[in-house]
Amino acid sequence: MADTSTERTMNGFSFSFAQTSLVALATGALWWPEQKLLCVSDLHLGKSERIARRAGTPLPPYDSQDTLGRLADDLERTQADVVVCLGDSFDDLQAAHTLPKQERLWITSLQAGRKWIWIEGNHDPGPVELGGTHLNDLQIERLIFRHIAQQTARNEISGHYHPKAQLKTRGQRITRPAFLLDQDRLILPAYGRYTGGLSSQSTVLSDLMLKDAVAILTGPRALPIPMPR
Amino acid sequence: MHTLPPSIATWFETKGWAIHPHQQDMMARAGDPATLLIAPTGGGKTMAGFLPTLAELAEGNHAGLHTLYVSPLKALAADIKRNLRTPVDEIGLPIRIEDRTGDTSATQKRRQRVDPPHILLTTPESLALLTSYEDAPRMFQGLQRVIVDEIHALSESKRGDQLMLALARLQSLCPGLRRVGLSATVEDPQAIARFLACHPTPCSILHADPGPDPDISMLETQELPPWAGGGAKYSIPAVLDQIRQHKTTLIFHNTRAQAEIYFHNLWLANEDSLAIGIHHGSLDRQKRERVEAAMVRGDLRAIVCTGSLDLGIDWGDVDLVIQIGAPKNVKRLVQRIGRANHQYNVPSKALLVPANRFEVIECVAALEAIKAHTLDGEPRGDGPLDVLCQHILVAAAAGPFEADALYTEMSSAGPYAALCRSDFDACLDFCATGGYALKVYDKWQRLQQCADGRWQLRDPRATQKIRMNLGTIQDTDTLKVRLKRSRGGKPLGEIEESFAASLTPGDTFLIGGQIVRYEGLREMTVEVTRRADKKPKIATFMGTKFATSTQLSERILNLLAQPDWPQLPGHTADWLNLQRDISRLPQHGRLLIESFPKDNREHICIYGFAGRNAQQTLGLLLSKRMEELGLHPLGFVATDYATLIWGLDQVTDAHPLLDLTALRDGLEGWLAGNAVMKRTFRSAATIAGLIERNTTTARKSGRQATFSSDILYDTLQKYDPDHLMLRITRTETMRGLVDFSRIEDMISRVGTRIDLLRLDQVTPLAAPLFLEMGKVPIKGTAEEKLLAAESARLLEESGLSQIASNG
Repeated sequence: MADTSTERTMNGFSFSFAQTSLVALATGALWWPEQKLLCVSDLHLGKSERIARRAGTPLPPYDSQDTLGRLADDLERTQADVVVCLGDSFDDLQAAHTLPKQERLWITSLQAGRKWIWIEGNHDPGPVELGGTHLNDLQIERLIFRHIAQQTARNEISGHYHPKAQLKTRGQRITRPAFLLDQDRLILPAYGRYTGGLSSQSTVLSDLMLKDAVAILTGPRALPIPMPR
Repeated sequence: MHTLPPSIATWFETKGWAIHPHQQDMMARAGDPATLLIAPTGGGKTMAGFLPTLAELAEGNHAGLHTLYVSPLKALAADIKRNLRTPVDEIGLPIRIEDRTGDTSATQKRRQRVDPPHILLTTPESLALLTSYEDAPRMFQGLQRVIVDEIHALSESKRGDQLMLALARLQSLCPGLRRVGLSATVEDPQAIARFLACHPTPCSILHADPGPDPDISMLETQELPPWAGGGAKYSIPAVLDQIRQHKTTLIFHNTRAQAEIYFHNLWLANEDSLAIGIHHGSLDRQKRERVEAAMVRGDLRAIVCTGSLDLGIDWGDVDLVIQIGAPKNVKRLVQRIGRANHQYNVPSKALLVPANRFEVIECVAALEAIKAHTLDGEPRGDGPLDVLCQHILVAAAAGPFEADALYTEMSSAGPYAALCRSDFDACLDFCATGGYALKVYDKWQRLQQCADGRWQLRDPRATQKIRMNLGTIQDTDTLKVRLKRSRGGKPLGEIEESFAASLTPGDTFLIGGQIVRYEGLREMTVEVTRRADKKPKIATFMGTKFATSTQLSERILNLLAQPDWPQLPGHTADWLNLQRDISRLPQHGRLLIESFPKDNREHICIYGFAGRNAQQTLGLLLSKRMEELGLHPLGFVATDYATLIWGLDQVTDAHPLLDLTALRDGLEGWLAGNAVMKRTFRSAATIAGLIERNTTTARKSGRQATFSSDILYDTLQKYDPDHLMLRITRTETMRGLVDFSRIEDMISRVGTRIDLLRLDQVTPLAAPLFLEMGKVPIKGTAEEKLLAAESARLLEESGLSQIASNG
């Protein structure tokens, strides 16, 4: 097990992927210490606004605030130099354009002094009027970052599916958002407040992940288990 | 006007029937604004309700809708239509009678709105839907009377609150509308009269002759009932005997799962191939209808059923009612018995079959309560605000409204007679803007105020969504079960999603009396194959969960306090003696707590005999203390008599658990994080229209798009703790709990007289608690401890720790 005591203070699970040392944080963010890079996926900012606009249901409008608050905490803890948002950062492009002023300012302040990359997702397939670089995908050293996993890719880090995993133990069933990891790919859980999850047992995730894949549960602690399927 | 027209009087004469006194009285009071008739089942109650309608329609000069009949069950509406058709045709009255329920075709429904019948039979949900249409004033024009059947059942739930708001709406459209409520015997008729009245006009009460006491006893069997277990399999031979001796027997169960298992076992032993059917709410509609039809024809000798057949449906010649499992509530039992022998002057015959030895005690106590004519039940509180929110949206769907007028209208409904303006305004604000402290939705308000001050929907397309979301019944999400075929096999019924989630391919369960094997999920349908050779895994899908009775638990505690038990069967007395030998029997003035291990977990069982609400509160309090003391509680369940708590560590000292100051500290935060609150929130938020009901199309679009209501709950708790939905959630949760002060009283009364006994296994009295429904999980440190241990074990076992370092 690669979990070392120094990494424990960060509250994460350290592992090696594509000969790169990475840490799956218990919060659902990915930390690459060598590059001082923090990667989060599927923030879905502006989701409550989009639902009110489209469906007329006024959900509690505190989701973006909550998501950004947790991101700010992770940035504070890691002192990251680079931030990669792995797509579906906004619930749709209009949500990105109409984000309340307070939240825009917050994002700007988080971006100060950092390299910030927005990877495009299926919900936000275009540039937004916020600072940072907009890319379809991003290669750094051996690793490729993109929103949706590609069947034949290797060394790939993606999001999109909002994976979650369930564990049964002593009569309790516990379900948590989870990272999914095998030799070829790593899929991040959704970081946004108003997001649901797709079970690791679903056909699409079972087909995508190799036989000996690992699920890293998020929550109070990051805990690896063999991926339930 | 209030005498019977000759044609109807003659018909009674030719039938050789005398009009019952209460039927006469109903005629005499036909002009009253509101009347509540209390009569036993089989007392010609429905006819009493309809006679004034038939009399008024006999002339044939009324155009359009005259009488609206509302019942809690679709099947009851269909049944009344049949029973009313016969006299109307025989007398030759020019009356059109139709029903309108969720089962009515769209074409028929559209036609009814354009050209309504004289008598329309419907359900609260269908009625609410009707009032949401713009053309409602036209459809209800000329409406004279509304009859609410089984009003005692409706008044127990939010469906009743919804119905009374709909009646208030109708009353505004038709100011002369007269109301009639038909009720079985209840403990507090005044409360139901207040519920039905159009305030401030009062509602009068009419009592029919209650008829003879029911003939009810406990079934005697050769076989011994087990210690625990809900199946009552031991009673099969004796019950088959009874079926042979009677014309038609109804066999009631408290849950659907028990009904399935019992039905299966009955057929395994049914050597004479007696015609026995099964009927419950999880079965496919076609299957249910087939059973109903067979019952009407008198083709069935017995029907195994649950609450779906519970209300006064008069099908066939039922001459015996059997209740399997203890009746959790005496009132419901008496109403169930009303089904047998629907003749007024013959006592109804019923048999109780306890499923285990504790239930033998419950049955004996219930029989004593029936003999003493003490009905139990909880008084109803004020109408809940989530239903009010839904009704505001329904009003908006029908067209623009004035806030003042709507408030006046709603406060005429019984449950909302005490509604204050500020609560109404809070609900209106919630419907319009979401009612958040952070005002961000001004652009996307659901309701907007027009220039003339009236409120209307911002987006008229929202009406469809409001109509789809209508209703107050909280279905747990269910999945359809089908036989696996290439192109979608035969539908068998439905199971709860949580039950489906617990299945792995190869598991077997019972549905519609068949054993099936779980093959997998396909597009939100559970695919199964037939399996006759295997024993089924217990089906744990739920049935109706029963309300409780503090009275019954008091009777039971008194019974246990006896030195011996001549009124109990020998086997049950032996069982109690065993409890006394290996542990103790609960006593007045002392608190018995048993501690024992089972299935790798530690348990404590606290016998408070304080009623379910108090035992539930005790569970919340003690699990909080256990969490603080590092005992890692995992969950609890409460009955009327006891609370069972399980966790990772053994309780060795009860006194720190019951430390009053410590119990009070941080209680609010603990309650706020509990699963009980989250469940209540989900239901209230769905009714109020904050969360949409899970529609099939929405679910097919992918699971990751929808997120749990717990997330909304936690977000509101954190950022907007005074929000209306949280207020409703707290009020509602507290209805299912008792005040902390009552627990405080109980604990200080007991003082140091606490008996904590350590045992090496489950005791006779604790065993039945393991079968209780409504377990409450605790999300605390135990979960993290379990996860960490399991993670380490699994990685070790699979050798997967390698992937992490070598990648």
